[in-house]
Amino acid sequence: MAYVSFADRDHEQEHHDPDTFITKYVYSQDHKVIAIQYGGLAIFIGLVGMLLSSMFRLQLGFPETFDFINPENYYQFVSTHGMIMVVYLLTALFLGGFGNYLIPLQVGSRDMVFPFMNMLSVWVYALSVLILIASFFVPGGATGAGWTLYPPQSISPGTPGTDLGIVLMLVSLAVFIVAFTMGGLNYVTTVLQARCKGMTLMRMPLSVWGIFMATILGLLAFPALLVSAIMLLLDKLIGTSFFMPAMMAAGEVTEYGGGSPVLFQHLFWFFGHPEVYIVALPAFGIVSDLLSVHARKNIFGYRMMVWAILAIGGLSFIVWAHHMYVSGMNPYFGFFFATTTLIIAVPTALKVYNWVLTLWQGNIHLRTPMLFAIGFIFTFTHGGLTGLFLGNVTLDLPLSDTYFVVAHFHMVMGVSPVLVVFGAIYHWYPKMTGRMYNETLGKWHFWLTFLGTYSLYLPMHYIGFLGVPRRYYAMGNTDFMPESAVTLNASMTISALIIAATQVIFLYNIFVSLKKGEIADGNPWKATSLEWLTPDTPPKHGNWGHELPVVHRWAYDYAVPGAEDDYTPQTVPASEVSVGRDHGIDH
Amino acid sequence: MYITLILLGVIMATIIWWLLRQTLSVQPWVSQTVDDEVSGASIDANKKTVGLITFLAVAASVFALFISAYTIRMEEPDWRPLTEPTLLWANTIVLILASIVYHWTRNAAIKGNDARVKPGLTIAGALTVLFLIGQVVAWQELRAIGAYAANNPANGFFYLLTAVHGLHMLGGLWVWARSTMKVWTGAGADSVRLSIELCTVYWHFLLLVWIVLFGMLLST
Repeated sequence: MAYVSFADRDHEQEHHDPDTFITKYVYSQDHKVIAIQYGGLAIFIGLVGMLLSSMFRLQLGFPETFDFINPENYYQFVSTHGMIMVVYLLTALFLGGFGNYLIPLQVGSRDMVFPFMNMLSVWVYALSVLILIASFFVPGGATGAGWTLYPPQSISPGTPGTDLGIVLMLVSLAVFIVAFTMGGLNYVTTVLQARCKGMTLMRMPLSVWGIFMATILGLLAFPALLVSAIMLLLDKLIGTSFFMPAMMAAGEVTEYGGGSPVLFQHLFWFFGHPEVYIVALPAFGIVSDLLSVHARKNIFGYRMMVWAILAIGGLSFIVWAHHMYVSGMNPYFGFFFATTTLIIAVPTALKVYNWVLTLWQGNIHLRTPMLFAIGFIFTFTHGGLTGLFLGNVTLDLPLSDTYFVVAHFHMVMGVSPVLVVFGAIYHWYPKMTGRMYNETLGKWHFWLTFLGTYSLYLPMHYIGFLGVPRRYYAMGNTDFMPESAVTLNASMTISALIIAATQVIFLYNIFVSLKKGEIADGNPWKATSLEWLTPDTPPKHGNWGHELPVVHRWAYDYAVPGAEDDYTPQTVPASEVSVGRDHGIDH
Repeated sequence: MYITLILLGVIMATIIWWLLRQTLSVQPWVSQTVDDEVSGASIDANKKTVGLITFLAVAASVFALFISAYTIRMEEPDWRPLTEPTLLWANTIVLILASIVYHWTRNAAIKGNDARVKPGLTIAGALTVLFLIGQVVAWQELRAIGAYAANNPANGFFYLLTAVHGLHMLGGLWVWARSTMKVWTGAGADSVRLSIELCTVYWHFLLLVWIVLFGMLLST
């Protein structure tokens, strides 16, 4: 037996309806409130990350113009921007935010299985954000060692923030990992053990599959970051030499000796590469659902999509050293990691084909969430293709540490997941708030963001090809950089500022629509999955009223041939629909 | 990184193999009324058990990564092996006893034998505390002969690994303290049975981790 039958398990759930403001909105154990706390906090710190990027873009586009950006600041902005966006924004938003909101609603559960731990998770996350912000205000400021925090640079004199800045950064990461682990245990256990009757694993929407696998990756990969952070912290604070080699710093011989900086890189990227998929897999899942709902078609190749998620999850642990081709490795390792990197492109490409085939002959509604979802296919394909260049050792050597790399990873794991985040927020906004967002503003937001990011990152590939190195405060006068590249830098900065300003439209839309938006129907997109079938919108504590839902079909019954409506919700039994999609064969 | 890779390979392979088995023969687009009767959980176990097993995978990943880092750092020429205090042998025996007593208490709790649960829990906890005290004494012995963490990476790893293991032990003791309090304030074995069962698994896990770590420290 693949599944274990239980009688109605609803009575196992504890229900304590919160009654005071504090228990309802602050120390809430309701997954929906926690999701919004996680999401709000992540978006807040993400906006800080965006402001930091605007600052250093100003310096890059118009060097020697702004006095308030000196080299130290510049490095601090770049480093913190990277760390915020990858860990504190995207990981927290996808898993803490969407994971919390969607898992119980989409699998038909009343809440996460460990609500108290779930609440602890968000508060510990808030603490980690606080420590991160504090690092800007301590003597010496935040760390400026780059988001990868490579030793010996990160704890040697001369780098900004080597006193308290790096210590707070590492502590904040460790605290974040504790928060993530508490949340992650919840997400995994809820998906495995708390689904409603009839919700088999293969009837789950792909959003849940993506978040589920990403959580498993996170639980197994974040320990690598924890281990490297603890050891680096010890090197810094009590003078061990785990990573620190014998060296001179600021003209003096240091106490360190014999450590291996490459060991840190191995540990860091052993976390760092799965991290890419921790961000990407939830985006893959969510975008599959958006495309299917707004194209009124079942997702193409559902089973392939699930298997691709599993394959990507498994392979993501054996590609990490492709970030380290220039760090000095046995050449055979390079060959191995280049091969695995190309292999992981196969399931990923398969997903892209399936998204495009889902759109094929669909009844496409170009609403805001759909625009973002289709935009994602473009940016993700684009960023994925440049990844094939960088995955090859011979091509990576000249391109490494140029703006080509920056353009690549911003397209593939910056812009693409963020487009999905926006699409998902618009898509579920009616369910979360009970109001519709403003469609016109949403479309403006999409087009300005989408075209803005292209005008920012396409030219960046070009200056990368010219060999312009990343992380430089100012290039000065160089022979290999033609005048046009300097002009391009200025234009990219203007694009970046436009994108940043565009996000005001987004914020205006979601805040003003809270009060002024049209009252939303419980299921405005006529979608099939369970979260749209709650008795109340927004769903109340406990989600489902008196009775848990019972599921009779998968989540993708759109435009079933012969069916009366163009969608059949998951809770509709087979007996109530006369015609079905049995192998696509007409009976 | 081979050790980590092997462990994570086993964990990931198990997860993916299990998930694949759930999905291979299913065609979710076909309405299958047999699926309609399927409900709730994928694994025949309490949700807390599933949560604990998941956490053990995370903790195993942490220790495997430390062990990988240890073996990689060991290859650098400045590595001077540390002579571990003999006290560690005694500590190991105490931890083994703690695990055995916990298991004995677990059996008693399952049978509903209240009379054995109370002393069993208390002794298991006391032995664990004794183990932790022993570890701290071992630290003191090393400090007394001048083997500080910063002197050599082998020393650094010794303090680090024992500290991380000890912290996990402390986390276990916190759960232990809660169920022990309950038992001493008159609650029956039934109310703490699950907690005791899960703690037993956790104690065995940490014993296994300690034996692996101790073996590695001794042999290098």
